Amino acid sequence: MTSIYQINSATRIRFARRFLISLSRMRRASTLGPPSDEEIRTRTRRIRIVSYSSMAFAVGSSRAWSRALVLKIRNRARFRGILRNKCLASKKKRVIKRHKVSREMSKTDMLRRLVPGGAGMGICGLLEETAHYMTCLATQVKVMQSIADHYSK
Amino acid sequence: MSSRRSRSRQSSGVSRISDDQIIDLVSKLQQLIPELRNRGSDKVSASKVLQETCNYIRNLHREVDDLSDRLSQLLASTDSDSAQAAIIRSLLMD
Repeated sequence: MTSIYQINSATRIRFARRFLISLSRMRRASTLGPPSDEEIRTRTRRIRIVSYSSMAFAVGSSRAWSRALVLKIRNRARFRGILRNKCLASKKKRVIKRHKVSREMSKTDMLRRLVPGGAGMGICGLLEETAHYMTCLATQVKVMQSIADHYSK
Repeated sequence: MSSRRSRSRQSSGVSRISDDQIIDLVSKLQQLIPELRNRGSDKVSASKVLQETCNYIRNLHREVDDLSDRLSQLLASTDSDSAQAAIIRSLLMD
């Protein structure tokens, strides 16, 4: 098993490839002429989801967090249409509640919320998954930054 | 203390967590967080490491959001896919 704290370049390249392919697919599908604000917002949301799913697939099923993330994205896509109106209505209520809870929550619980799949783990597993997840996130950010820099030349 | 350690080693089939294991994992986490990497390992409490971990992950999530927004704007202006090969090549160099 490779060291859990070093992301090898193979994972990074796999992520970059998947992400770039999804980006070019999105570009080809977009309408001609300048996109509307609504289109940009939808695309931002899609790019965000694609970046997380690309990393989760690049990591594969060897990590609990990547498995949990893949499931979450698949389920969300399945129910998006049905739950959409409900979510929009109750969003305000939910946000206020979250601020209240975070002050009382323990730091471990906060970490469980931030790391995909963290809810069902023991403390040792959670800390290991956190280390790997953090390293992958940092790689994801670096790759996205260099792609954005490339496109803005 | 040593007896506790040997006990946890013997019962490796059972998931008995020793304090040493947790301390070890927390110090490894500390090494990964840019904020805390330069400080001595005995000066930072586990609570602080967990707090900084949460902050760091939240910052990374926020950066992903900002970069998604930036890429969405840029996608409209780029024409061809020829940049892809150049991007992958430059990523391989790192």
